[in-house]
Amino acid sequence: MKKLINRAEDVVRESLEGFAAAHADLIRVNFEPAYVARRDAPVNGKVGVVSGGGSGHEPLHSGYVGMGMLDAACPGSIFSSPTPDQMLEASKAVDGGAGILHIIKNYTGDQMNFEMAAELGRAEGLEIDSAVIDDDVAVTDSLYTAGRRGVGLTVLAEKITGAAAEERRSLKEVANICRQVNSWGRSMGMALTSCTVPHIGHPMFDLPENEMEIGIGIHGEPGRKRLPIQSADEITAMLMEPVIQDLPYRAGDRVLLFVNGMGGTPLSELYIVYRQALSIAKGHRLNVERSFVGSYITSLEMAGCSITLLKLDDTLIRLWDAPVKTPALRWGI
Amino acid sequence: MPLQTIDKGAIVRWLTACADSIAANREYLTKLDAAIGDGDHGVNMDRGFKAVVVKLSAGAEMDIPQLMKSAGMTLISTVGGASGPLYGTFFLQAAQVCAGKAELTLADWIAMLKAAMNGIMARGKASAGDKTMLDALAPAVQALEDAAAQVHSTAGALALSACAAKAGMSATEPLVARKGRASYLGERSAGHLDPGAASMYLLLKAAAETLASR
Ligand SMILES: Nc1ncnc2c1ncn2[C@@H]1O[C@H](COP(=O)(O)OP(=O)(O)OP(=O)(O)O)[C@@H](O)[C@H]1O
Ligand SMILES: [Mg+2]
Repeated sequence: MKKLINRAEDVVRESLEGFAAAHADLIRVNFEPAYVARRDAPVNGKVGVVSGGGSGHEPLHSGYVGMGMLDAACPGSIFSSPTPDQMLEASKAVDGGAGILHIIKNYTGDQMNFEMAAELGRAEGLEIDSAVIDDDVAVTDSLYTAGRRGVGLTVLAEKITGAAAEERRSLKEVANICRQVNSWGRSMGMALTSCTVPHIGHPMFDLPENEMEIGIGIHGEPGRKRLPIQSADEITAMLMEPVIQDLPYRAGDRVLLFVNGMGGTPLSELYIVYRQALSIAKGHRLNVERSFVGSYITSLEMAGCSITLLKLDDTLIRLWDAPVKTPALRWGI
Repeated sequence: MPLQTIDKGAIVRWLTACADSIAANREYLTKLDAAIGDGDHGVNMDRGFKAVVVKLSAGAEMDIPQLMKSAGMTLISTVGGASGPLYGTFFLQAAQVCAGKAELTLADWIAMLKAAMNGIMARGKASAGDKTMLDALAPAVQALEDAAAQVHSTAGALALSACAAKAGMSATEPLVARKGRASYLGERSAGHLDPGAASMYLLLKAAAETLASR
Protein backbone atom coordinates (compact mmCIF):
# COMPACT_ATOMS: atom_id res chain seq x y z
CA MET A 1 0.00 0.00 0.00
CA LYS A 2 1.39 3.34 -1.11
CA LYS A 3 -0.58 6.25 0.32
CA LEU A 4 -0.02 9.82 1.39
CA ILE A 5 -0.98 9.17 5.01
CA ASN A 6 0.55 9.07 8.47
CA ARG A 7 -1.14 6.32 10.47
CA ALA A 8 -4.06 4.40 8.96
CA GLU A 9 -6.20 4.96 12.06
CA ASP A 10 -5.74 8.76 11.84
CA VAL A 11 -6.75 9.18 8.19
CA VAL A 12 -10.32 10.40 8.67
CA ARG A 13 -9.52 12.74 11.57
CA GLU A 14 -6.40 14.28 10.05
CA SER A 15 -8.11 14.82 6.73
CA LEU A 16 -11.00 16.50 8.52
CA GLU A 17 -8.55 18.72 10.41
CA GLY A 18 -7.02 19.89 7.14
CA PHE A 19 -10.47 20.39 5.62
CA ALA A 20 -11.56 22.47 8.61
CA ALA A 21 -8.52 24.71 8.38
CA ALA A 22 -8.63 25.09 4.60
CA HIS A 23 -12.31 26.07 4.44
CA ALA A 24 -12.83 27.93 7.70
CA ASP A 25 -14.58 30.73 5.79
CA LEU A 26 -17.41 28.39 4.72
CA ILE A 27 -17.72 25.62 7.31
CA ARG A 28 -16.90 24.64 10.84
CA VAL A 29 -16.02 21.17 12.00
CA ASN A 30 -17.07 19.53 15.24
CA PHE A 31 -14.88 16.58 16.20
CA GLU A 32 -16.67 14.88 19.11
CA PRO A 33 -18.92 13.67 17.57
CA ALA A 34 -17.71 14.40 14.05
CA TYR A 35 -19.78 16.58 11.76
CA VAL A 36 -19.26 19.49 9.37
CA ALA A 37 -21.72 22.40 9.51
CA ARG A 38 -22.24 25.58 7.55
CA ARG A 39 -20.34 28.45 9.11
CA ASP A 40 -23.58 30.46 9.49
CA ALA A 41 -25.77 27.58 10.75
CA PRO A 42 -28.45 27.49 11.94
CA VAL A 43 -30.08 29.62 9.27
CA ASN A 44 -33.27 31.01 10.72
CA GLY A 45 -36.47 29.80 9.07
CA LYS A 46 -34.71 27.47 6.63
CA VAL A 47 -35.01 23.69 6.49
CA GLY A 48 -31.72 22.16 7.63
CA VAL A 49 -30.47 19.69 5.03
CA VAL A 50 -28.25 17.01 6.56
CA SER A 51 -26.50 14.10 4.91
CA GLY A 52 -23.63 11.80 5.71
CA GLY A 53 -22.07 8.47 5.00
CA GLY A 54 -18.80 6.62 5.05
CA SER A 55 -15.66 8.60 4.26
CA GLY A 56 -13.63 7.84 1.15
CA HIS A 57 -16.08 9.44 -1.32
CA GLU A 58 -14.69 12.97 -1.11
CA PRO A 59 -15.76 15.60 -1.93
CA LEU A 60 -19.07 13.92 -0.93
CA HIS A 61 -20.55 14.85 1.58
CA SER A 62 -18.50 17.35 3.60
CA GLY A 63 -17.34 19.22 0.49
CA TYR A 64 -20.96 20.12 -0.26
CA VAL A 65 -21.67 21.88 3.02
CA GLY A 66 -22.37 25.56 2.53
CA MET A 67 -24.82 28.08 1.12
CA GLY A 68 -27.23 26.52 -1.39
CA MET A 69 -26.44 22.90 -0.60
CA LEU A 70 -26.02 20.98 2.70
CA ASP A 71 -26.30 22.51 6.15
CA ALA A 72 -24.36 19.63 7.69
CA ALA A 73 -22.60 16.40 6.80
CA CYS A 74 -21.53 13.49 9.01
CA PRO A 75 -18.40 11.62 7.97
CA GLY A 76 -18.13 7.98 9.05
CA SER A 77 -15.04 5.80 9.01
CA ILE A 78 -13.86 4.93 5.51
CA PHE A 79 -16.72 3.16 3.69
CA SER A 80 -18.66 2.73 6.94
CA SER A 81 -21.80 4.56 8.00
CA PRO A 82 -21.50 7.32 10.60
CA THR A 83 -23.31 6.88 13.91
CA PRO A 84 -26.62 8.28 15.24
CA ASP A 85 -24.95 10.58 17.78
CA GLN A 86 -23.15 12.39 14.95
CA MET A 87 -26.38 12.77 12.97
CA LEU A 88 -28.31 13.90 16.03
CA GLU A 89 -25.78 16.57 17.02
CA ALA A 90 -25.45 17.76 13.42
CA SER A 91 -29.24 18.02 13.11
CA LYS A 92 -29.50 20.03 16.33
CA ALA A 93 -26.68 22.34 15.24
CA VAL A 94 -28.42 23.29 11.97
CA ASP A 95 -32.03 23.43 13.16
CA GLY A 96 -33.30 26.83 12.07
CA GLY A 97 -36.84 26.11 13.24
CA ALA A 98 -38.22 24.86 9.91
CA GLY A 99 -37.35 21.20 10.37
CA ILE A 100 -34.55 18.92 9.26
CA LEU A 101 -34.27 16.75 6.15
CA HIS A 102 -31.95 13.74 6.22
CA ILE A 103 -30.70 12.70 2.75
CA ILE A 104 -29.74 9.03 3.02
CA LYS A 105 -27.93 6.89 0.47
CA ASN A 106 -29.60 3.49 0.42
CA TYR A 107 -27.23 1.27 2.36
CA THR A 108 -28.42 -0.82 5.30
CA GLY A 109 -25.95 0.81 7.69
CA ASP A 110 -26.74 4.37 6.67
CA GLN A 111 -30.48 3.72 6.77
CA MET A 112 -30.48 2.20 10.25
CA ASN A 113 -28.15 4.79 11.77
CA PHE A 114 -30.16 7.69 10.33
CA GLU A 115 -33.38 6.02 11.48
CA MET A 116 -32.09 5.81 15.05
CA ALA A 117 -30.88 9.42 14.88
CA ALA A 118 -34.33 10.54 13.73
CA GLU A 119 -35.97 8.65 16.61
CA LEU A 120 -33.61 10.27 19.11
CA GLY A 121 -34.10 13.70 17.51
CA ARG A 122 -37.89 13.47 17.55
CA ALA A 123 -37.73 12.48 21.21
CA GLU A 124 -35.90 15.78 21.74
CA GLY A 125 -38.55 17.74 19.85
CA LEU A 126 -36.91 18.08 16.42
CA GLU A 127 -39.03 17.80 13.28
CA ILE A 128 -37.19 15.36 11.00
CA ASP A 129 -38.08 13.91 7.62
CA SER A 130 -35.91 11.79 5.35
CA ALA A 131 -35.42 11.08 1.66
CA VAL A 132 -33.55 8.08 0.28
CA ILE A 133 -31.31 8.02 -2.79
CA ASP A 134 -31.22 4.68 -4.64
CA ASP A 135 -30.23 5.31 -8.24
CA ASP A 136 -27.84 2.46 -9.09
CA VAL A 137 -29.38 0.45 -11.93
CA ALA A 138 -26.66 -2.22 -11.57
CA VAL A 139 -28.50 -3.63 -8.55
CA THR A 140 -31.79 -5.40 -9.04
CA ASP A 141 -34.38 -3.82 -6.81
CA SER A 142 -36.24 -6.74 -5.32
CA LEU A 143 -37.47 -8.15 -2.05
CA TYR A 144 -34.33 -10.25 -2.05
CA THR A 145 -31.77 -7.47 -1.86
CA ALA A 146 -31.21 -4.43 0.30
CA GLY A 147 -32.40 -2.50 -2.76
CA ARG A 148 -30.52 -0.23 -5.11
CA ARG A 149 -27.48 1.64 -3.87
CA GLY A 150 -27.25 5.41 -3.68
CA VAL A 151 -24.47 6.58 -6.00
CA GLY A 152 -23.89 9.51 -8.41
CA LEU A 153 -27.37 10.98 -8.15
CA THR A 154 -26.62 11.86 -4.51
CA VAL A 155 -24.55 14.88 -5.61
CA LEU A 156 -27.33 16.21 -7.84
CA ALA A 157 -29.95 15.58 -5.14
CA GLU A 158 -27.92 17.44 -2.53
CA LYS A 159 -27.45 20.43 -4.85
CA ILE A 160 -31.09 20.67 -5.92
CA THR A 161 -32.56 19.95 -2.49
CA GLY A 162 -30.22 22.48 -0.90
CA ALA A 163 -31.38 25.12 -3.38
CA ALA A 164 -35.01 24.32 -2.59
CA ALA A 165 -34.31 24.78 1.12
CA GLU A 166 -32.55 28.07 0.36
CA GLU A 167 -35.82 29.30 -1.25
CA ARG A 168 -37.36 28.85 2.23
CA ARG A 169 -39.69 26.11 1.10
CA SER A 170 -41.37 23.97 3.77
CA LEU A 171 -39.89 20.71 5.01
CA LYS A 172 -42.56 18.80 3.11
CA GLU A 173 -41.75 20.59 -0.15
CA VAL A 174 -38.01 20.24 0.27
CA ALA A 175 -38.37 16.51 0.98
CA ASN A 176 -40.62 16.09 -2.05
CA ILE A 177 -38.14 17.83 -4.34
CA CYS A 178 -35.47 15.41 -3.15
CA ARG A 179 -37.78 12.43 -3.77
CA GLN A 180 -38.60 13.75 -7.22
CA VAL A 181 -34.90 13.95 -8.06
CA ASN A 182 -34.51 10.38 -6.84
CA SER A 183 -37.36 9.10 -8.96
CA TRP A 184 -36.08 10.91 -12.07
CA GLY A 185 -32.40 9.97 -11.79
CA ARG A 186 -30.49 6.78 -12.65
CA SER A 187 -26.78 5.84 -12.60
CA MET A 188 -24.33 3.13 -13.43
CA GLY A 189 -20.61 2.87 -12.78
CA MET A 190 -17.54 0.88 -13.76
CA ALA A 191 -14.05 0.29 -12.39
CA LEU A 192 -10.71 -0.07 -14.13
CA THR A 193 -8.86 -0.67 -10.85
CA SER A 194 -9.74 -1.55 -7.27
CA CYS A 195 -9.06 0.65 -4.25
CA THR A 196 -7.36 0.15 -0.90
CA VAL A 197 -8.95 1.10 2.43
CA PRO A 198 -6.02 2.34 4.57
CA HIS A 199 -6.75 0.19 7.66
CA ILE A 200 -7.21 -2.92 5.49
CA GLY A 201 -4.00 -2.31 3.55
CA HIS A 202 -4.68 -4.29 0.37
CA PRO A 203 -7.06 -3.77 -2.58
CA MET A 204 -10.76 -4.58 -2.01
CA PHE A 205 -10.73 -6.99 -4.95
CA ASP A 206 -8.33 -8.14 -7.65
CA LEU A 207 -8.82 -6.68 -11.07
CA PRO A 208 -6.21 -7.92 -13.52
CA GLU A 209 -4.52 -5.43 -15.84
CA ASN A 210 -6.66 -6.37 -18.86
CA GLU A 211 -10.07 -6.57 -17.14
CA MET A 212 -12.74 -4.19 -15.89
CA GLU A 213 -15.77 -4.49 -13.65
CA ILE A 214 -19.10 -3.12 -14.91
CA GLY A 215 -21.84 -2.11 -12.47
CA ILE A 216 -19.56 -1.32 -9.56
CA GLY A 217 -20.77 0.53 -6.44
CA ILE A 218 -18.83 3.25 -4.66
CA HIS A 219 -17.27 0.98 -2.04
CA GLY A 220 -15.50 -1.43 -4.30
CA GLU A 221 -18.44 -3.82 -4.08
CA PRO A 222 -18.44 -6.17 -7.03
CA GLY A 223 -20.52 -5.24 -10.01
CA ARG A 224 -22.71 -6.96 -12.53
CA LYS A 225 -20.00 -8.53 -14.61
CA ARG A 226 -16.30 -8.64 -15.27
CA LEU A 227 -15.15 -8.20 -18.86
CA PRO A 228 -11.98 -7.73 -20.85
CA ILE A 229 -11.11 -4.06 -21.08
CA GLN A 230 -12.60 -2.20 -24.06
CA SER A 231 -12.49 1.25 -25.62
CA ALA A 232 -13.94 4.33 -23.89
CA ASP A 233 -16.74 4.49 -26.47
CA GLU A 234 -17.74 0.86 -25.89
CA ILE A 235 -17.62 1.24 -22.11
CA THR A 236 -19.71 4.41 -22.29
CA ALA A 237 -22.38 2.54 -24.26
CA MET A 238 -22.39 -0.26 -21.66
CA LEU A 239 -23.22 2.30 -18.98
CA MET A 240 -25.56 4.58 -20.93
CA GLU A 241 -27.89 1.98 -22.42
CA PRO A 242 -29.00 0.32 -19.12
CA VAL A 243 -29.43 3.76 -17.54
CA ILE A 244 -31.61 5.01 -20.40
CA GLN A 245 -33.65 1.79 -20.53
CA ASP A 246 -34.29 1.75 -16.80
CA LEU A 247 -36.38 4.86 -16.19
CA PRO A 248 -36.85 4.83 -19.20
CA TYR A 249 -35.74 8.18 -20.59
CA ARG A 250 -37.78 8.92 -23.72
CA ALA A 251 -37.29 10.96 -26.86
CA GLY A 252 -37.81 14.63 -26.06
CA ASP A 253 -36.95 14.33 -22.34
CA ARG A 254 -34.86 17.17 -20.98
CA VAL A 255 -31.95 15.77 -18.98
CA LEU A 256 -28.83 16.57 -17.02
CA LEU A 257 -25.88 14.37 -18.01
CA PHE A 258 -23.33 13.77 -15.26
CA VAL A 259 -20.06 11.95 -15.93
CA ASN A 260 -18.33 11.25 -12.64
CA GLY A 261 -14.78 10.08 -11.94
CA MET A 262 -14.21 7.43 -9.27
CA GLY A 263 -11.09 9.13 -7.89
CA GLY A 264 -8.24 7.79 -10.01
CA THR A 265 -9.31 8.76 -13.52
CA PRO A 266 -8.09 12.03 -15.07
CA LEU A 267 -10.58 14.66 -16.18
CA SER A 268 -9.33 14.33 -19.76
CA GLU A 269 -10.64 10.75 -19.87
CA LEU A 270 -13.95 11.78 -18.31
CA TYR A 271 -14.44 14.19 -21.21
CA ILE A 272 -13.81 11.35 -23.67
CA VAL A 273 -16.65 9.50 -21.92
CA TYR A 274 -18.83 12.61 -21.86
CA ARG A 275 -18.38 13.14 -25.59
CA GLN A 276 -19.68 9.65 -26.36
CA ALA A 277 -22.40 9.73 -23.67
CA LEU A 278 -23.73 12.92 -25.24
CA SER A 279 -23.78 11.35 -28.67
CA ILE A 280 -25.68 8.31 -27.33
CA ALA A 281 -28.14 10.60 -25.55
CA LYS A 282 -28.69 12.48 -28.80
CA GLY A 283 -29.17 9.17 -30.59
CA HIS A 284 -32.08 8.53 -28.21
CA ARG A 285 -33.26 12.09 -28.91
CA LEU A 286 -32.76 13.23 -25.33
CA ASN A 287 -32.24 16.97 -24.87
CA VAL A 288 -29.16 17.36 -22.72
CA GLU A 289 -29.81 20.76 -21.17
CA ARG A 290 -27.23 20.66 -18.37
CA SER A 291 -23.95 18.82 -18.05
CA PHE A 292 -21.65 18.08 -15.16
CA VAL A 293 -18.23 16.44 -15.47
CA GLY A 294 -15.68 15.73 -12.74
CA SER A 295 -14.82 13.55 -9.74
CA TYR A 296 -17.64 14.48 -7.36
CA ILE A 297 -18.43 11.15 -5.65
CA THR A 298 -15.43 8.89 -5.51
CA SER A 299 -14.21 5.57 -4.24
CA LEU A 300 -10.77 6.49 -2.85
CA GLU A 301 -8.18 6.07 -5.65
CA MET A 302 -10.28 3.76 -7.84
CA ALA A 303 -9.97 4.40 -11.56
CA GLY A 304 -13.24 4.33 -13.45
CA CYS A 305 -16.37 6.39 -13.89
CA SER A 306 -20.09 6.50 -13.46
CA ILE A 307 -22.78 8.08 -15.59
CA THR A 308 -25.93 9.63 -14.15
CA LEU A 309 -28.95 10.91 -16.03
CA LEU A 310 -31.51 13.15 -14.37
CA LYS A 311 -34.75 14.16 -16.04
CA LEU A 312 -35.35 17.89 -15.69
CA ASP A 313 -38.27 20.29 -15.62
CA ASP A 314 -38.19 24.08 -15.25
CA THR A 315 -38.13 23.88 -11.45
CA LEU A 316 -35.25 21.43 -11.30
CA ILE A 317 -33.29 23.50 -13.81
CA ARG A 318 -33.81 26.66 -11.78
CA LEU A 319 -32.73 24.88 -8.59
CA TRP A 320 -29.69 23.34 -10.31
CA ASP A 321 -28.62 26.77 -11.61
CA ALA A 322 -29.20 28.53 -8.27
CA PRO A 323 -26.12 29.93 -6.50
CA VAL A 324 -24.04 27.56 -4.43
CA LYS A 325 -20.99 28.24 -2.30
CA THR A 326 -19.34 25.19 -0.76
CA PRO A 327 -15.73 23.95 -0.60
CA ALA A 328 -16.24 21.66 -3.61
CA LEU A 329 -19.02 23.28 -5.64
CA ARG A 330 -19.33 26.99 -6.30
CA TRP A 331 -21.22 28.94 -8.91
CA GLY A 332 -23.59 31.83 -9.38
CA ILE A 333 -21.94 34.08 -6.81
CA MET B 1 -32.49 -26.97 43.96
CA PRO B 2 -33.29 -23.51 42.55
CA LEU B 3 -31.60 -22.59 39.29
CA GLN B 4 -28.49 -20.51 39.59
CA THR B 5 -29.09 -16.78 39.10
CA ILE B 6 -26.99 -14.33 37.13
CA ASP B 7 -25.59 -11.44 39.17
CA LYS B 8 -24.00 -8.16 38.20
CA GLY B 9 -20.49 -9.57 38.46
CA ALA B 10 -21.42 -12.19 35.87
CA ILE B 11 -22.72 -9.53 33.47
CA VAL B 12 -19.47 -7.59 33.85
CA ARG B 13 -17.47 -10.77 33.19
CA TRP B 14 -19.65 -11.48 30.14
CA LEU B 15 -19.18 -8.04 28.60
CA THR B 16 -15.44 -8.27 29.21
CA ALA B 17 -15.34 -11.74 27.66
CA CYS B 18 -17.29 -10.44 24.63
CA ALA B 19 -14.66 -7.75 24.11
CA ASP B 20 -11.82 -10.26 24.49
CA SER B 21 -13.41 -12.69 22.07
CA ILE B 22 -14.18 -10.02 19.46
CA ALA B 23 -10.62 -8.70 19.74
CA ALA B 24 -9.17 -12.19 19.35
CA ASN B 25 -11.39 -12.78 16.30
CA ARG B 26 -11.02 -9.33 14.75
CA GLU B 27 -9.12 -10.55 11.69
CA TYR B 28 -11.41 -13.57 11.31
CA LEU B 29 -14.56 -11.40 11.28
CA THR B 30 -12.90 -8.95 8.93
CA LYS B 31 -12.02 -11.77 6.56
CA LEU B 32 -15.59 -13.08 6.58
CA ASP B 33 -16.90 -9.58 5.83
CA ALA B 34 -14.33 -9.00 3.10
CA ALA B 35 -15.69 -12.07 1.29
CA ILE B 36 -19.32 -10.91 1.10
CA GLY B 37 -19.38 -7.36 2.48
CA ASP B 38 -16.89 -4.54 2.79
CA GLY B 39 -14.41 -5.97 5.26
CA ASP B 40 -15.15 -3.67 8.18
CA HIS B 41 -17.08 -5.90 10.57
CA GLY B 42 -14.15 -7.03 12.75
CA VAL B 43 -12.68 -3.54 13.01
CA ASN B 44 -16.07 -1.97 13.78
CA MET B 45 -16.99 -4.52 16.46
CA ASP B 46 -13.57 -4.39 18.08
CA ARG B 47 -13.70 -0.59 18.31
CA GLY B 48 -17.17 -0.83 19.86
CA PHE B 49 -16.51 -3.49 22.47
CA LYS B 50 -13.22 -1.86 23.53
CA ALA B 51 -15.29 1.26 24.24
CA VAL B 52 -17.83 -0.84 26.17
CA VAL B 53 -15.06 -2.13 28.45
CA VAL B 54 -13.76 1.40 29.08
CA LYS B 55 -17.26 2.37 30.23
CA LEU B 56 -17.38 -0.70 32.50
CA SER B 57 -14.37 0.40 34.49
CA ALA B 58 -15.83 3.88 34.86
CA GLY B 59 -19.22 2.64 36.03
CA ALA B 60 -18.60 0.57 39.14
CA GLU B 61 -21.93 1.64 40.65
CA MET B 62 -24.08 0.69 37.62
CA ASP B 63 -26.70 -2.04 38.08
CA ILE B 64 -27.49 -4.71 35.49
CA PRO B 65 -30.00 -2.69 33.44
CA GLN B 66 -27.67 0.31 33.49
CA LEU B 67 -24.75 -1.87 32.34
CA MET B 68 -26.81 -3.21 29.46
CA LYS B 69 -28.04 0.26 28.50
CA SER B 70 -24.54 1.70 28.67
CA ALA B 71 -23.24 -1.12 26.43
CA GLY B 72 -26.04 -0.44 23.91
CA MET B 73 -25.50 3.32 23.80
CA THR B 74 -21.73 2.84 23.50
CA LEU B 75 -22.08 0.38 20.61
CA ILE B 76 -24.51 2.70 18.81
CA SER B 77 -22.09 5.62 18.99
CA THR B 78 -18.88 3.73 18.21
CA VAL B 79 -19.56 0.81 15.84
CA GLY B 80 -21.27 2.40 12.83
CA GLY B 81 -22.15 0.26 9.82
CA ALA B 82 -25.17 -2.02 10.01
CA SER B 83 -24.04 -3.85 13.11
CA GLY B 84 -23.81 -0.70 15.29
CA PRO B 85 -27.54 0.03 15.40
CA LEU B 86 -28.37 -3.70 15.44
CA TYR B 87 -26.15 -4.64 18.39
CA GLY B 88 -27.06 -1.35 20.07
CA THR B 89 -30.71 -2.30 19.78
CA PHE B 90 -29.89 -5.79 21.14
CA PHE B 91 -28.54 -4.34 24.41
CA LEU B 92 -31.09 -1.53 24.76
CA GLN B 93 -34.04 -3.87 24.34
CA ALA B 94 -32.53 -6.35 26.78
CA ALA B 95 -31.98 -3.51 29.28
CA GLN B 96 -35.66 -2.56 29.19
CA VAL B 97 -36.78 -6.08 30.03
CA CYS B 98 -34.55 -6.36 33.11
CA ALA B 99 -35.41 -2.92 34.51
CA GLY B 100 -35.25 -2.88 38.31
CA LYS B 101 -33.60 -6.31 38.64
CA ALA B 102 -30.52 -6.80 40.81
CA GLU B 103 -30.19 -10.45 39.75
CA LEU B 104 -31.43 -12.36 36.74
CA THR B 105 -33.13 -15.73 36.66
CA LEU B 106 -32.80 -17.95 33.63
CA ALA B 107 -36.33 -16.84 32.70
CA ASP B 108 -35.21 -13.19 32.84
CA TRP B 109 -32.27 -13.93 30.56
CA ILE B 110 -34.53 -15.67 28.07
CA ALA B 111 -36.93 -12.72 28.11
CA MET B 112 -34.00 -10.36 27.53
CA LEU B 113 -32.65 -12.28 24.56
CA LYS B 114 -36.11 -12.55 23.10
CA ALA B 115 -36.64 -8.79 23.37
CA ALA B 116 -33.19 -8.28 21.85
CA MET B 117 -34.11 -10.54 18.95
CA ASN B 118 -37.41 -8.75 18.36
CA GLY B 119 -35.58 -5.43 18.45
CA ILE B 120 -33.12 -6.57 15.79
CA MET B 121 -35.98 -7.84 13.63
CA ALA B 122 -37.83 -4.54 13.95
CA ARG B 123 -34.71 -2.48 13.16
CA GLY B 124 -33.32 -4.57 10.29
CA LYS B 125 -36.56 -6.05 8.93
CA ALA B 126 -34.79 -9.34 8.34
CA SER B 127 -36.33 -12.75 8.91
CA ALA B 128 -34.85 -16.18 9.55
CA GLY B 129 -32.82 -17.46 6.60
CA ASP B 130 -31.87 -14.03 5.23
CA LYS B 131 -28.23 -14.77 6.14
CA THR B 132 -27.82 -12.31 9.00
CA MET B 133 -26.93 -12.28 12.71
CA LEU B 134 -30.53 -13.29 13.33
CA ASP B 135 -29.74 -16.77 12.02
CA ALA B 136 -27.45 -17.32 15.01
CA LEU B 137 -29.62 -15.52 17.57
CA ALA B 138 -33.03 -17.03 16.78
CA PRO B 139 -32.01 -20.70 17.28
CA ALA B 140 -30.21 -19.72 20.49
CA VAL B 141 -33.38 -18.17 21.89
CA GLN B 142 -35.37 -21.23 20.83
CA ALA B 143 -32.84 -23.57 22.49
CA LEU B 144 -33.03 -21.61 25.74
CA GLU B 145 -36.80 -21.82 25.79
CA ASP B 146 -36.71 -25.56 25.14
CA ALA B 147 -34.07 -26.10 27.82
CA ALA B 148 -35.95 -24.01 30.38
CA ALA B 149 -39.08 -26.07 29.84
CA GLN B 150 -37.12 -29.16 30.86
CA VAL B 151 -35.76 -27.47 34.03
CA HIS B 152 -32.12 -27.64 33.06
CA SER B 153 -29.39 -25.92 35.05
CA THR B 154 -28.71 -22.32 34.03
CA ALA B 155 -25.24 -23.32 32.89
CA GLY B 156 -26.64 -26.22 30.87
CA ALA B 157 -29.28 -24.06 29.22
CA LEU B 158 -26.68 -21.42 28.29
CA ALA B 159 -24.40 -24.08 26.84
CA LEU B 160 -27.24 -25.45 24.71
CA SER B 161 -28.04 -21.98 23.44
CA ALA B 162 -24.40 -21.41 22.43
CA CYS B 163 -24.46 -24.73 20.57
CA ALA B 164 -27.62 -23.73 18.75
CA ALA B 165 -26.07 -20.37 17.85
CA LYS B 166 -23.05 -22.15 16.43
CA ALA B 167 -25.22 -24.45 14.34
CA GLY B 168 -27.25 -21.45 13.18
CA MET B 169 -24.09 -19.60 12.22
CA SER B 170 -22.75 -22.58 10.28
CA ALA B 171 -26.06 -22.94 8.50
CA THR B 172 -25.67 -19.44 7.01
CA GLU B 173 -22.87 -20.71 4.76
CA PRO B 174 -24.97 -22.05 1.86
CA LEU B 175 -27.57 -19.28 2.12
CA VAL B 176 -28.00 -16.44 -0.39
CA ALA B 177 -28.03 -13.12 1.48
CA ARG B 178 -31.22 -11.10 1.30
CA LYS B 179 -30.31 -8.25 3.65
CA GLY B 180 -27.37 -5.90 4.05
CA ARG B 181 -24.41 -5.37 1.80
CA ALA B 182 -23.99 -9.08 1.06
CA SER B 183 -27.33 -9.09 -0.79
CA TYR B 184 -25.73 -7.11 -3.65
CA LEU B 185 -23.77 -10.27 -4.47
CA GLY B 186 -26.88 -12.33 -5.08
CA GLU B 187 -25.96 -15.97 -5.68
CA ARG B 188 -22.29 -15.16 -5.16
CA SER B 189 -22.96 -14.66 -1.42
CA ALA B 190 -23.57 -18.41 -1.02
CA GLY B 191 -20.60 -20.45 0.20
CA HIS B 192 -19.51 -17.98 2.89
CA LEU B 193 -20.40 -17.65 6.57
CA ASP B 194 -22.26 -14.48 7.48
CA PRO B 195 -19.94 -12.23 9.53
CA GLY B 196 -22.76 -10.89 11.73
CA ALA B 197 -23.89 -14.44 12.55
CA ALA B 198 -20.29 -15.23 13.48
CA SER B 199 -20.00 -12.25 15.86
CA MET B 200 -23.39 -13.07 17.37
CA TYR B 201 -22.19 -16.61 18.07
CA LEU B 202 -19.08 -15.22 19.80
CA LEU B 203 -21.24 -13.12 22.14
CA LEU B 204 -23.53 -16.06 23.01
CA LYS B 205 -20.56 -18.38 23.47
CA ALA B 206 -19.05 -15.83 25.86
CA ALA B 207 -22.37 -15.81 27.74
CA ALA B 208 -22.25 -19.57 28.19
CA GLU B 209 -18.71 -19.33 29.48
CA THR B 210 -19.26 -16.55 32.00
CA LEU B 211 -22.86 -16.04 33.09
CA ALA B 212 -23.34 -19.14 35.20
CA SER B 213 -19.89 -19.31 36.76
CA ARG B 214 -18.96 -17.57 39.98
N1 LIG C 1 -31.17 -5.90 7.87
C1 LIG C 1 -30.39 -6.63 8.68
N2 LIG C 1 -30.91 -7.31 9.73
C2 LIG C 1 -30.12 -8.03 10.54
N3 LIG C 1 -28.79 -8.14 10.39
C3 LIG C 1 -28.22 -7.49 9.37
C4 LIG C 1 -28.98 -6.71 8.46
N4 LIG C 1 -28.13 -6.17 7.55
C5 LIG C 1 -26.90 -6.59 7.88
N5 LIG C 1 -26.95 -7.37 8.98
C6 LIG C 1 -25.84 -8.01 9.66
O1 LIG C 1 -24.76 -7.08 9.72
C7 LIG C 1 -23.56 -7.71 9.31
C8 LIG C 1 -22.62 -6.71 8.66
O2 LIG C 1 -22.29 -5.72 9.58
P1 LIG C 1 -21.31 -4.53 9.21
O3 LIG C 1 -21.12 -3.70 10.41
O4 LIG C 1 -20.13 -5.05 8.49
O5 LIG C 1 -22.24 -3.69 8.25
P2 LIG C 1 -22.03 -3.06 6.83
O6 LIG C 1 -23.11 -3.61 5.97
O7 LIG C 1 -20.63 -3.19 6.37
O8 LIG C 1 -22.34 -1.55 7.15
P3 LIG C 1 -21.95 -0.31 6.23
O9 LIG C 1 -22.76 -0.57 5.02
O10 LIG C 1 -22.37 0.94 6.88
O11 LIG C 1 -20.47 -0.42 6.04
C9 LIG C 1 -24.01 -8.80 8.37
O12 LIG C 1 -23.09 -9.85 8.37
C10 LIG C 1 -25.37 -9.22 8.91
O13 LIG C 1 -25.27 -10.26 9.87
MG1 LIG D 1 -19.28 -4.55 6.60
